[in-house]
Amino acid sequence: MALLRPLYEKYFRVEVKGIENIPAEGGALIVANHSGTVPLDALMMQVAVHDTHPAGRHLRLLAADLVFRLPVVNEIARKLGHTLACAEDAAELLGRGELVGVMPEGFKGIGKPFGERYKLQRFGRGGFVSTALRARAPIVPCSVVGAEEIYPMIGNARTVARLLGLPYFPVTPTFPWLGPLGALPLPTKWTIQFGQPIPTDGYAPEAADDPMLMFNLTDQVREEIQHTLYKLLVRRRSIFF
Amino acid sequence: MGRIVLVTGAARRLGDLYVREVLRDPDVERVVAVDAVTPGHDLGEAVFVRADIRQPAIGRVLAEHDVDTVVHLDVTGTALAGGSRSSVKETNVIGTMQLLGACQKSPSLRRLVVKSSTTVYGSAPRDPAVFTETTSPKALPSGGFAKDAVEVEGYVRGFARRRPDVAVCVLRFANILGPGTDTPLASYFRLPVLPTVLGYDPRLQFVHEDDVTGVLLRASREPERGTLNSGTFNIAGDGVLTLSQCARRMGRPTAPVLLPAVTLTGSLMRTLGLSDFSPEQIRLLTHGRVVNTRQMREVLGFHPRHSTAETFADFASAAGPGPLPPALLAAAVERLAGAVTGAGGGGDGGTEDAGRGNGRATHTSTQATATARPAGGSGGWPEGWRSCAAGSPASTRSTTSGTTPNSPTRC
Repeated sequence: MALLRPLYEKYFRVEVKGIENIPAEGGALIVANHSGTVPLDALMMQVAVHDTHPAGRHLRLLAADLVFRLPVVNEIARKLGHTLACAEDAAELLGRGELVGVMPEGFKGIGKPFGERYKLQRFGRGGFVSTALRARAPIVPCSVVGAEEIYPMIGNARTVARLLGLPYFPVTPTFPWLGPLGALPLPTKWTIQFGQPIPTDGYAPEAADDPMLMFNLTDQVREEIQHTLYKLLVRRRSIFF
Repeated sequence: MGRIVLVTGAARRLGDLYVREVLRDPDVERVVAVDAVTPGHDLGEAVFVRADIRQPAIGRVLAEHDVDTVVHLDVTGTALAGGSRSSVKETNVIGTMQLLGACQKSPSLRRLVVKSSTTVYGSAPRDPAVFTETTSPKALPSGGFAKDAVEVEGYVRGFARRRPDVAVCVLRFANILGPGTDTPLASYFRLPVLPTVLGYDPRLQFVHEDDVTGVLLRASREPERGTLNSGTFNIAGDGVLTLSQCARRMGRPTAPVLLPAVTLTGSLMRTLGLSDFSPEQIRLLTHGRVVNTRQMREVLGFHPRHSTAETFADFASAAGPGPLPPALLAAAVERLAGAVTGAGGGGDGGTEDAGRGNGRATHTSTQATATARPAGGSGGWPEGWRSCAAGSPASTRSTTSGTTPNSPTRC
């Protein structure tokens, strides 16, 4: 976390909006867009919540199983309080009143080409909605602007990815051509906006099994994030400032 | 009329401990201890019957003594007195089948307790952070003791269906440790240098031998009011320890090795017969495993007396300090840190003193952080923020000496 803070403050100069939309106590599910080839956006969100929220809440991120398969990464992830993105873990965390962060786009989001930036991908099967409904935790939509441009992915070396067992292998204007130097993210200016929470306690307990409602809620969250993204993009003066 | 208890695997350490305890129970009329080899220890007033549970003779023992409670402890990962892996597997699987067959024909049987293990959940990166009794493993164990345990549980479930009048209790134990434990994991921790898998720091859970006998006693008795002792239960001490914390408490340095090299060396050592370090052990020491013990507390009503950290401390003190005793290490770190802050802070006299004074405090706070994990079902939640402080001696120092106000978030 201390290592992430300079990146957060100096490098990406993250600006946080709407932090008051995160409840001071009790469980809540933060749903965000996912971008940037390397999931730095999730880590920045974690720093943002902890440093700007008056209660200093810890965001517990749900990570893909790839994170826990990779050496070193899995060790750090566990110590940062991340856990595997599965319904059991999410339900347990929300049940204990923790703040849970999820990126339902998954690899589709971070591994999308640069040309599709800020276009939200499909939100999985909406599992996050049913988990939130069961735990009666509000859903807080969150939009991250700036992360898309840190590694502009212009190509995807599928063969290399398959060989390494990764979901994609990014090719950017600098990576892998410049070697380790190319792995340096571009210093873009970031904005993280937390939207109005969507309450879920108004629904009956059996609503979690209603697929129609789930799709509707998923779409509602998705639209909300997408609209906020567009709004933030219009307001942005330049990628780097 | 008192109860008559039959214990399998009585020649082993756990069988011995359990037999001693159950003999003290005033309700128990007779204890029948069964094993294929004569135990090296004195079983007291228990009747020892030398019988191989793989043979149908076990049925005659059951009938002869009119047994009403069977405690099946002969489900183990290691052979006694140099047996091979195949004979262990046979005792585990065929032995359980024979025993259950005999149990089914025994009209006097009321209660069956089976020792199983949390290895049935496997260890994989795709697993949820905490297993409950109903979690189905993502990848079924492919072999070794874990597979035996899965098969044993399968047979026990079949038995429970066929004899609904018998109360069946399956206890899934986390890694059992105690001062005299002789499991592969215990011998691993006794190595002077602990080989670990590079880039992985698994979360481990332990259960103390005394708690094992305690829970076995509870399971083999009539249930107390408000509790139920039939079903499947995870048994583990509170809290979790990471392998790096374990190594530090043992005072042993770690030697991180790349995963493929570990697997290769492990199989080579096994082929040469130098060690019986199985692939499932390697997986455990790579990905770790944490189980939820809410059922144990709320349904079985059992509260372990030793937490994971206390169990490990007990084991570590019996095993003797390694080359790097924690107290010595902490003092060295303090002195180093004192020197660094002293130089950095322009020779501030107070810093040095504070640094020295914290020498003992560092160690105790490491322990406190580990033991003060949320109790109950949350037994071992993924290493949270607080464990970061316990994660490395350097960061612990910064939290205790209070030089950085925001230090708990330093990871």
